[in-house]
Parts: sequence; structure tokens; C-alpha cells
Amino acid sequence: MPEGIAEGIGASVRRKEDKKFTTGKGRYTDDINRPGQLHAFFIRSDVAHAKIKNIDTTKALKSDGVAAIYTGEDIAADGVGGPICGWAPTNRDGSAPKEPPHPLLANGKVRYVGDHIAVVIAESMEQAKSAAEQVKIDLETLAPVVDLSTAIGNTQIHDEMDDNVYFDWELGDEKATADALGSAAKVIELTVTNNRVIPNAMEPRAAVAEYDETNESYTLYTSSQNPHLTRLVMAAFMMQIPESKLHVIAPDVGGGFGSKIYIYPEEAVCTWATKKLRRPIKWTANRNEAFLGDAHGRDHINKVKLGLDQNNKIVGLRVDTLANLGAYLSAFAMVTPTYLHGTLLSGCYDIPTIYTNVKGVCTTTVNVDAYRGAGRPEATYLLERTMDYAARQIGMDPAEFRRINFIPKDAFPYQTAVALQYDIGDYETPLNRALEMIDYKGFEKRRDEAAKRGKYRGIGLSSYIEACGIAPSAVVGALGGRVGLYESAVVRVDPTGTVSVFTGTHSHGQGHDTTFAQIVADKLGIPIANVDIVHGDTDRIPFGMGTYGSRSLAVGGTAISKALDKVIEKGKIIAAHMLEAADSDMEFKDGKFAVAGTDKEKSFGEIALSAYVPHNFPHDKLEPGLEETAFYDPLNFTYPAGTHIAEVEIDPATGVVELVDWACCDDFGNLINPMIVEGQVHGGIAQGVGQALLENAHYDENGQLLTASYMDYCMPRADNFPSLQVDYTVTACTHNDLGVKGCGEAGAIASPPALINAVVDALSPLGVTDMTMPASPEKVWRAIQNAQTKAAE
Amino acid sequence: MPTVSMKVNGQSVSHDVADNTLLVTFLRETLGLTGTHIGCDTSQCGACVIHVNGASVKSCTMLAAQADGADVTTIEGIANGDDLHPMQQAFHENHGLQCGFCTPGMIMSAIELVETNKNLSEQDIREGLEGNICRCTGYHNIVKSVQDAAQRMGG
Repeated sequence: MPEGIAEGIGASVRRKEDKKFTTGKGRYTDDINRPGQLHAFFIRSDVAHAKIKNIDTTKALKSDGVAAIYTGEDIAADGVGGPICGWAPTNRDGSAPKEPPHPLLANGKVRYVGDHIAVVIAESMEQAKSAAEQVKIDLETLAPVVDLSTAIGNTQIHDEMDDNVYFDWELGDEKATADALGSAAKVIELTVTNNRVIPNAMEPRAAVAEYDETNESYTLYTSSQNPHLTRLVMAAFMMQIPESKLHVIAPDVGGGFGSKIYIYPEEAVCTWATKKLRRPIKWTANRNEAFLGDAHGRDHINKVKLGLDQNNKIVGLRVDTLANLGAYLSAFAMVTPTYLHGTLLSGCYDIPTIYTNVKGVCTTTVNVDAYRGAGRPEATYLLERTMDYAARQIGMDPAEFRRINFIPKDAFPYQTAVALQYDIGDYETPLNRALEMIDYKGFEKRRDEAAKRGKYRGIGLSSYIEACGIAPSAVVGALGGRVGLYESAVVRVDPTGTVSVFTGTHSHGQGHDTTFAQIVADKLGIPIANVDIVHGDTDRIPFGMGTYGSRSLAVGGTAISKALDKVIEKGKIIAAHMLEAADSDMEFKDGKFAVAGTDKEKSFGEIALSAYVPHNFPHDKLEPGLEETAFYDPLNFTYPAGTHIAEVEIDPATGVVELVDWACCDDFGNLINPMIVEGQVHGGIAQGVGQALLENAHYDENGQLLTASYMDYCMPRADNFPSLQVDYTVTACTHNDLGVKGCGEAGAIASPPALINAVVDALSPLGVTDMTMPASPEKVWRAIQNAQTKAAE
Repeated sequence: MPTVSMKVNGQSVSHDVADNTLLVTFLRETLGLTGTHIGCDTSQCGACVIHVNGASVKSCTMLAAQADGADVTTIEGIANGDDLHPMQQAFHENHGLQCGFCTPGMIMSAIELVETNKNLSEQDIREGLEGNICRCTGYHNIVKSVQDAAQRMGG
């Protein structure tokens, strides 16, 4: 970095994108209106499982302002396909998983409350809603299948699947694990339930679709984390139109957390119908629709067996998981509980043998898919709950029990028993730092002091590892992935030396406009004000896999870095020609191309101008212009890790759990913008604490979602948190240019077990050994009452 | 349709609107002031907070007709040209926003909180923002932003 530009890698640069958002100038999909647009309203099933006997639209079609009403029959008649799965793991018997069709509008049957029955398209949303009330729908209700533990073999939901099991997958050595557990000095057994949660990005999903007759092309504005995948799937599998005729724009997007990865029926129906009606069509979800229709997260039941030897070293682990995937398979529903879950079961620990079996189960509830962390929070939760439970069983300090089982820092690269090879790590340093930050040694004093005030105080740890930036594509393909997981970048240098970067990742809160500009500033020695980051537009960006799995920096940032390297290499040859030097003598430093060992140099701006005004230019070696593209396919995942510690106080009179302190130390490799990283950690912790303390998607026995508004679904608020203590250690990733690992999901992965372990610790003097999420006041109060009753007996 | 007149960000506006038009819809659809957002249907998320006669109001809980004659300020109306309001500046300086969707409502709520309370403690701020939901930030930097703005605003 040249002196005077404190905007390079490692600087907490304030965000370039803030001004539009703080002044109300952000442009989200619902802010977009097209001339002559119609409005779509979806009629949704109000029962969980039913046959559609008849849909009568006669009266509704005469309602004011109605342009059209379409049902599943219209979709089927036009041969429009439904959403597809991005990943299909092989069953343990070698067979393929079952992938029942997912029609855009229900065809013959509805399978969850919220399932799309018909769309009413009218001049205004009010008119569409009003007409929808006139549509007569005759349903023959069928038995719902709601409870995950009893769903297998229950009432059949899809014709293609007689047992309600989408897949039955395994990983690891079953026999070796059985042997290890059989000869273990102690086997710890625990059932760990990961509650179902709802992503709740603050911007509800929306779509505006428009057909252009002159070009026979479509434009779709949509709240998406990956516009290119939307275009690919919609063009090739749903609409069957040339991919080049569909222009997808994901403008400002108000949070995603996974829920906006997928291609949902609404945007596809709007895109299909806009051509039929030759009018733009707009749809914006209300919050109730977001609860009912956005893919939910988590929802696993795990039976865990952990074997220990006489020295309390882990000898084996077996996990049997039921994963509720809901009524239809969402895009990444099958990879989330398998390759993003089973492969993480070694955590930070040296475990000689592991076996896991996962059954993906169909229920009459909305789809479940990746939600911030995607499989890794579920794996971490069951492992870190079990580690804590085990430490209590053997009477060992939970920090020490983790410490003796950590993979030692000199053991990297480390091959786990569940396929992954961790390239680098050091788990003890962040553990020790987090313990110091929260004053672990002084905890018992604080517990005693709280007891004097009539409160139960507890402390809970979670040492996690995650795997970010899924890769490489060849391995992804071998394991059933149907996509590549590289990223693209174009670096376009203008004649005046300003730079535009076109990235296939998408920023919806992560601050790419700033972080990516810092990479450019650092490498080219130009101010970030001269750098524009362009994302979210399939017409402007070559291709991209979008943003999820904390991949944007590790994969997308590295692609940018590689494209920048190409720009610098080309610049060196131009400069060598202009300075009459050999190419090999050129170096680029502090924004200047110089002949090594001399004072002969050309500025970056001079080279940019020369590339476009090539009067004195090496035409024999180069084409004019200064624009380079890189596609980067990583060699491996990256492996962030760290320790989070929660401290809570419980009021026995009310059961309310108050989070009183939080300390964490994470290793994300090199940091580009520490301020943004810290914000990602804060947000992740809040989502994890939300799951552990407040949030729960609750379906009743009929399959009605009882938590379908902010009246019933408890979102974390500002007064649920203390200030959060965040620190870092660094082991740089060994296989990408920037040495970065990713930070977007760590907080959400680490925090639920830390919180629950703290609650259990607080109640442990009463004999409480377990607590399910969320640790709601009622549940905690009952646990206290039960423990006290038992003690009195 | 009745005619509704009010002052919005210092400018007088007058439009015919249906009786059931919410104030937030009037701002977004009729006036094109899309900085005020709609994040829920139950008046809980706070993305639509604006000021009506100086008081913070969830504009989804109020009919446009109820604001007839009122002085309304939205997120678009608090900066002075290129000079951001101290609360906007503080959110920027303290990384008090990520996706930006809750931000306009959060800033409008926070301004009233600071203007009506001197010597706000951290807990006062946390409780004062209980009506605004943010899914991105974990609130840590929002609280810091409001503390910083309180200083800048002479609180």
C-alpha cells in the first residue's frame, strides 16, 4: 500500500455503500415499479395436506381489475418446470435419492400450509386480494405429517416416495466406530434436538418481471443472493427459454441468511405470466408469507454416542440424524444435512473414527434448507452440547476436556475421519484468549455473587470449526453436486485509471463494495473512491455462483485478486515497452511500474491511458485495452475456527435467561476489513442466541404454523444483548492468495451451544443436565420447578 | 377519494387517496419516498418509522388521512444536502448498518430517542430501540452509533 492511502488490506475502512442506505436511497426490489405493471397475489393452502378437488375461478375472474388467474393446470399445460435440487447425495445402498416434483402451483395436491394453489393477477394488489377471496377451492383434507420423529412410514405425502424418506446417507466407518465405542472406557449418549427456525431477512422477498416483445427477452428484478443461478435454473429447467434471453437483476437486497439463495415459485410464476399478459408483473411478500413460504432452517434430531478412553480422550463418535426437509426439496436441502453436516462432525477434535447416518425426511411443512451456517451449526451444536455433557459426566472442566482433545497445532494438514482435510489451525490459542477475555478463572466468584442476589449464573463454551467456500468443483461433482463452486471476476481499468470490478458474488449486507475495493486499492495503489464494485446483474457480470457459505471473500475475493494480478502483469509489459526495458526487469510497487534498481517508472494511470491510447504500445505482444477476467476454483474449503463463551443469569422466579456477557476469539485467517468482520461476528452471534433463547418455528399437530408473525415468533431485540467482546487470532489460509477464510457464519455456528451450555451450567447445581432450544422462560422455569420437586422428594 | 394534504420533508403535498391507504403506502407509492420500508404486517419491525409532528411513528399503523395537516419527516428529509444528520453520520462511522433495510426506521427512532432523552445509558438505548428489529448487526454497533450520535447532538 502506498503511504497516505490507509484503505488497503487490514484497514477498518468505513463502508462505501452506507450513504445510500442511511439516506433512504437504497433500491430494493419493492422500490422498483415498471410502467403498466400488474400485481400478483398468491392463493395459499390453509391446510397442511389435501387433494385439490376443484378450483372455480368464474366469479373471481369478473372481479374488478383482474387480468388473469392461473392454477397448476395452466403451468403444466405450458410445460413449465419447478425448482430443482442443486445437490443429490447417493444413498448408503448406492441408489439415488428421491426427488419428487415441485410444481410452481399445486397440481392435484397441496403439501403444506402456504403451498401455492393459484395466482391472481390484477391492476392493484388490493384488487388481486379482493378477487382471491372469490376463488372457490374445494379441498379434500388428508392426514398431516408434522412430527419429525414419527414421519417415516407415516401417511404418504408424494406418490414417488412410499416412506417419506428423501435419502438415507452415511459417512465414515460404521464398523470401526462400533468397535471403538464397544471398547471405550465410557460412552456418553445424548439426544440433541436442533429446533426449527425461520430466517427472517428484514426485506421480504419480492419480484418484478417484465417481458420485452421486441427482443423476446425477459427482465426479472428479484431479491436474490445468486442472480446467475436464478437465471440458469429458470431458463434451463423452468421456462425452457434461451438463458441469454433472461436478464436477472438482484438490486439492493435486505439480508438473506440463506433464504434468498433458492428459486421460489413466486418469481418464476411472475416471469412466466409476464409474457402471457405482455405486462410487467410485481409481487412482494408480506411478512406472513415470508414465515409461511421462505425456506426454514435447522430442524434435526440427533442421537449421539461419544466414546472416551481412560484418559478422557475421544476414541469414536456415532451420530444418527433425522433431518426434516419439509414438503418439497429446496435447492440445497440435501447437501445441508449431509456434506455440510456429516463432514463437520470431527469439529476441532482429534477423533480416530466417526460414523454418521442421516435420513432426509419429508413432512407436510414448508421446505427446510440452508440457513446461516447450513449444516455446520447443526453439527457444531450436537458436538459441543455433547462435549459439555460429557465433561460434566466425567467431572472434568469443560475447557480442559476440549483442550486435551483438540487437534494439536503441529498436526496440520489434518485428515479427519469424515473426509475433510483441514489445511491449518490452532484451536488452543483462541480458547485461551476467550477464557481470559471473560475472566473464566473468576467465574465462581461471580456465580456466588449472583446467588446472593437470588440468581443462577452459568458459563458455557463452544469451540467450533466450520468449512467455508465449498470447493473444489471436481470434488463437489463427485459427491453429487450439480454445480461448480468457483467464482468469477472481471477487473476493468478505464483509460483514466478508475477501476470497475464485476463479481459473481452478491452483497446483501456483507459490505463487498468496500472490502473488495480495499483489495483493489491494496494491489493497485489507488484510492477506493476510484473503485466500483458491480454485482447482482447477469447482463454485466460474466457468471457467478452468488453469496452463501461464507464464500464471497475466500472464493470471489481470490478471483478478484487473480484478475488484478493479470492486470499488473499486462501493465508491466506495457510499461517495459514505454521505458524501453526488458519485461523481466519490471516491478510494480506503490502504484508504480518501475524498472528494478532505477528511477525509471510509469504511474498506474499512465499505463491505463496507454492501454487505451496505444500510440507507444507493444502491439507485437499485446492487444490494447486493460481488462482481465479470472475464474477461481479453490483447492479446498477454508476452515475458520474459534471459541465463544456465554455467561448468563437466570431468574428462578420467572425462568428468564439474561445474557450478561459474551466473549469470543475467532480465527478467520487474514482480515481485510476488521470493522466489517466484527459486524459479521456480532450479527451471527445474535442469530445464534436468537435460536437458543427466543426463536422457534412451531407447527401444531394439524400442520398449522402458529408462529407466523412477529406477534408469535420472537425475534431478538436490542435489549436481549449485552455488549459483545470480540477478538481474533490468525492462522492464514494456506491455499488462497489472500490467506482468508470467511467470517459470515461463524457467530451463528458457535453461539447456540455456548448459550445452552451456559444455561445448563447455571442450573447444574439443581441437577439439571440438559435443555432444549429455545431456552424460553417457561421451559427454564419448569426445569427449575422439576429439579426442586425432585430434590424435595 | 378524499384529498389529503400534509408537509413532507418541508414540502407541501396534496393528493387524493383512498380512505384505507396507509401512511407508509402513501409515502412509498404516491410520493415515491421509498426510503421508508415495510418489513412486517403487524407493526413490530419498525422499518417504517418516520416522524409525524416531531414524534416517531410507525407509518404502517396510521392512515394517510390521519396525517392530514401534519408535518411529516422521512429518512429522505433529515440530511442537509450532502451533510448527513449526526445520526446518519454516526451509523456510518460505527458500522451501525449492514443490509440497510431496517436502517431508515432505526435512525428515525434513534433520533427521537436522543432528542427526548438526555444522558441515555446503554440500557436506555437498548430498551428504547425495542420496537425496531435488525437481523444483521446484533445491535452492538447500532447502540454504539446512537451513543456516538448522542454526543454529536449534544446529548
